[in-house]
Formats: sequence, C-alpha cells, structure tokens
Amino acid sequence: MNPVGVIEGTIAPLPRAQVDTDQIMPQQFLKRIERTGFGEFLFYDWARDAEGEMDPGFVLNRVEYLAAKVLVAGPDFGTGSSREHAPWGIADWGFEAVIAPSFGDIFRSNCYKIGLLAIELPTDAVDRLLSLGAADPSAVVTIDLDAQSVIAAQVEETFSIDPFAKYMLANGLDEIGVTMLEEESIAAYEAARPSFKPAVSNS
Amino acid sequence: MKHTLFDKIWSDHIVRGNGEDPDLLFVDLHLLHEVTSPQAFEGLRISDRSVRRPDLTLATADHGTPTINRALGITDPLSRKQVETLMTNCEAAGITAFGPDDPRNGIVHVIGPEQGLTHPGATIVCGDSHTSTHGAFGALAFGIGTSEVEHVLATQTIRQKKPKSMAVTVDGELPTGVTAKDLVLGIIAQIGVGGGAGHVIEYRGEAVANLTMEERMTVCNMSIEAGARAGLIAPDETTYEYIRGRPHAPKGADWDRAVEYWSSLQTDPDAAFDTEISIDAGALSPCVSWGTNPAQTVPITDVVPSPDDFKDPHLRDAAQRALEYMDLEPGTPMTEITIDRVFIGSCTNARIDDLRAAAAIVDGRKVGSAVSAIVVPGSSLVRQEAEAEGLDKIFISSGFEWREPGCSMCLAMNDDVLSPGERCASTSNRNFEGRQGAGSRTHLVSPQMAAAAAVAGHFVDVREWTT
Repeated sequence: MNPVGVIEGTIAPLPRAQVDTDQIMPQQFLKRIERTGFGEFLFYDWARDAEGEMDPGFVLNRVEYLAAKVLVAGPDFGTGSSREHAPWGIADWGFEAVIAPSFGDIFRSNCYKIGLLAIELPTDAVDRLLSLGAADPSAVVTIDLDAQSVIAAQVEETFSIDPFAKYMLANGLDEIGVTMLEEESIAAYEAARPSFKPAVSNS
Repeated sequence: MKHTLFDKIWSDHIVRGNGEDPDLLFVDLHLLHEVTSPQAFEGLRISDRSVRRPDLTLATADHGTPTINRALGITDPLSRKQVETLMTNCEAAGITAFGPDDPRNGIVHVIGPEQGLTHPGATIVCGDSHTSTHGAFGALAFGIGTSEVEHVLATQTIRQKKPKSMAVTVDGELPTGVTAKDLVLGIIAQIGVGGGAGHVIEYRGEAVANLTMEERMTVCNMSIEAGARAGLIAPDETTYEYIRGRPHAPKGADWDRAVEYWSSLQTDPDAAFDTEISIDAGALSPCVSWGTNPAQTVPITDVVPSPDDFKDPHLRDAAQRALEYMDLEPGTPMTEITIDRVFIGSCTNARIDDLRAAAAIVDGRKVGSAVSAIVVPGSSLVRQEAEAEGLDKIFISSGFEWREPGCSMCLAMNDDVLSPGERCASTSNRNFEGRQGAGSRTHLVSPQMAAAAAVAGHFVDVREWTT
C-alpha cells in the first residue's frame, strides 16, 4: 500500500444522503474474483439512464470532473453491505479521498485498509465543499493527513482520525505483517483458550 | 466496575491491547462465502502466507447459488467460477466448506447456528454485514471487509477500536400479529440508518427475553440496517436449549463448563451504556417499508409519507428521491399498494419458524393471479425439515414456488432477479435501489405480511386475518 500524505485535487460533488454500498457497487459486479478493475462499474445504475445509456448529466460522466481526486457526499455514506468492492471501485476510478458528514463503519474501515482516506467533516463544511465543487469543477481542495486538515476556498477544517489508522496510512504499512509480529501473544491466547469454545470438525 | 455483556466478551478476547490503539482481538469463528473471500485468499498467496486456523473457519456457497435446477450446476460462468474458487481455496487450506451439493449447505448466517457453532460469548466475523445475526446468541459478531478477511485468515485475530455501547430496551409484550421483524423495523424507523453507527447494540427488556432464538436472530440480523457494528442479546435458557445437541455444540464436561461461562455473560445491574433507547413493544404494528432504506418504514395502518414530513433537508431529499424511485404518491394508504412479486427468504427470515408462519397464512388460500411468489429456505436442512412437516405442499398448492436454499432474491446475485419497475413484498433486509435487480422496488415485511400480500395482491394488515 502506498503511503498517504498530502492529497491535492478537484472535487466531484455527489449531494445525496444515505448512499449505500449497493449504489456504489451493484451486486452484479461482485462476481469477479479480482481486486482490480472495479472503477468502470462505480455508481453503475446512477451513471446510466432508464435505457441503460450513459447519462451525461451524472457527475462522474461529466468531462470537467474526470480528473477529480476527492469525492464529496451527504451523510451516512457507505452504509449497508460490507462489500470492499465499493471502496475498490472508488479508488480504481481515481479518487484518493471521500468526504462526508458520516460513514458506514465497515465502509470507513475498508477504505483505510486500501489507503483511501474517508474523512468526516461537519455537515455545513461538507455542504460548502459540495457547493464549491458544483460551482467550480476546477476548485482545488488540499487534504493533509499529517496535519489532519482540509483546505479549500471558504473551507478550512480539521478532521479527526484514529491515531493507529493514521499511522498505518501515513506509512503505507501492511497490517497483516504488523500483526504477525504479535505471534507470541496470539500463540499464548490460543494455548489458554478453553476446549468448549467453537471449533469446526468435518464429521 | 460494572460491565456490559459487550464489555465482557470484548475483554475476554483481547490478545494484545494498550488501552489506546485498537485492540487485537482473537476470532473464535470465521465464516466464509464465495463473494468476499477470493481476493483474500489471493492476497495470502501473493504474500506467501497460510491460513492459521482452518479449524476455526467454515465456508458455504450461498450468494450466487441457483435455487432451481440445482442438479445442472451453476450456469452463470462468473458465479460458477466464484464457487469453484471458494471450494478450491478451502480444500487447499483444509477449511470445511459446504458446497452447493452438501446437505448442510445454506445461507452463512443460517448454518452457523444450525450447526451449533454460534456460541454465547464467541467472537464471530464474516465478510458479510449480516454477521450481526449471530449476536442473537450473545456472541459478538460483525461484518468485515475482504482485507480484514485476509487478516483473519492469516492471524485469526482482528484489530478493532472498541465501539460504544447502546442499550435498546423493549418493554411490554409484542401484540398478536406483530413479529420480531416488525420490532426491528420499528427500532430502525425510530433511530435511523445511522442511529447505531459506532455502537454495539444490546437488545434488552421483557419483549426481547420472550423472543425465540429464531426471532432473536431476525432482530440482531438487521442491527446493521441501523448502522450498528453489531447487535446482541444476553444468553439464557432459551439460548442453551437451542444449542444443546447440535453437531458442534459442546459435549459432556465441556457442555457444563460452557454453560457456566455463558451464564456469566450478563450485563451487570447498573452497568452504564453510552446510549440508551426505549421502545414500547405494545405500541408496535406490522410494518412495511415504503422507501429505499430500511428506516423508511411505516405501520401498515399508515400512509405513504410526504417529503415535507421530514425536517432535516438531507432526509427530505432522500425521501423525495425514494418516492420517485418507488413510484409512490404521498398519502396513499399502505394497504392500497399492489405488488407483482413475493420473496420469502434471506438470512433475516428463512428459518423454519418463518416458513411455518408464512405457511399458516397461505394454507387453504391462493396466491393472487397477478403475483409471482417464491419461498427460498435458509438452508438445505431447513428445507428438509419444512418438507417433513408438509410445508412445501402448502406453499406449492397455494401457488408459491418451492426453491433450493441460498441468498437468492435478497440481493439478486443469482437468477432470482426482479425486472425493472417490479414491486416485491420481501422478507429480506434491504430495500435499497436496485437491490433485487436494476429498477426493482422492494418493500420489507415479515413472513406473515409477505404471505398475506401474496394472496391479496396488495399489502394487508395481517392482524385482520389471524384474529
């Protein structure tokens, strides 16, 4: 995973609340066994009209937003299904951060695991970013993970992030590798685990 | 120091913690299915890592499995490849896997309890948000992403910051005709899709204690629809009786030690929760969702709401969008909404009691001429039990199709898909846009309400049929 530092880029505004992960990555694209290539399916049904043709009005289909690095959306973004295919799609499309007033817990965690920043800001700050992105597709927002800041025209906010998640993101660390250093503790826990605890036997 | 049930399970599983960073928790049971695991196994291969505890891991094929003509295999090449990949990965790692032809196959959240693997006080994870179902047993059970699946496969642990605790206390008794599904829909309608975010819910109170295990599973299953990390219910005699004698239940002296431990898993009197919610069970009615998230739900006696009923501008916009998507007019009585399809199934409502309840409604009646209805049992064993009781004959003679088990039309990854614009009374857990197929319109209801709607061709207050 690449370390996350400063993200500087334009905004794709998606002023919708309660965007569940089914909308971000519909179920028909979950059949693939690869981890890459999900970007083209991002918001699949919203990106198309009733006839299945690309809807030129949808934000991600508009040429002025094609280079956006920061997706900004309404509250409760990424609720519902645990599918990591949703953040895979967002990252594969080219986004490096998502900003919303609130996120689904599993979605936020999934984002961190793949080096995608999920940033919670107060609703009024998110609304200003949404307006900014809609009014000026070339407006730049700067996100500094180390300073925990989001800066754009008329927006100067700090955000909170779990220190451990920040450390892992900032250093691009492989969490499994870090956990494997705890081998002794894991083995000790296993040795003391009572025999009545669940175990699968194929009988 | 007073502790909640959640506190006790959490502290019993800390492998390594310093009180500041996320704790490293031991995972007692890791459940796998074909959709969210292939990339995790691939990650292990790339890093030359192995599965640490295949004996604490169980897999099933459920999301993409067909519910008809099972003998022909899976015709969709992508779904077939996904299931084959699951079976190959599990075989190579020594993980028990219930493939489509295994007599124990079924929905991942149905088979864990069915096999006696879901224990009170256990930590259970799965790459599936409805893992919260297992909380019905007083387990700490939650959904994880594929990166975390890989982490658990490699280390049998998961790193988690401890969520906050929420008590949802349900006093009184559920009225006749009001089910566990109506209870949980009522809770979600009250607290919203983000109401439980960052929390683990403990459901408590008289009405919860009186629920059967299957009803408790229905309630805990939908905790995620309120945004909660997990939902759980303290174990009691009802729990122990359900587990006793199942294939993976503790045996002999282990059983006694297990029950002794399980009995300690109660929230201490006066333990504090971060958030507390109260619900009056007696005030609940059968519920129907009208919108595109589970909080957009009203009692069957109500009407389709207007966006103006919502003060919060984001909720008002969401309601407006939902009404357009669902093609509903504000003020329409819920009982006047006609349906095209009925789906009785899913990890929320496809266990034997759910099928019995639905069969009791349709027995001697016929599915409406304009309605197409299917029953998809939660597992092969549920299907077998239902057939032994003759439930299949009741469903078939009333006009339902009787299918093989799987997730099926809950998320439409197999061939059980609604056409654009079709409206479905569904016992599943999500009414999101496109959930049951692009353009599909889903109304969440209990099995009884779905069965009655199948017969009437529109939603009805099932209490008028049962009293």
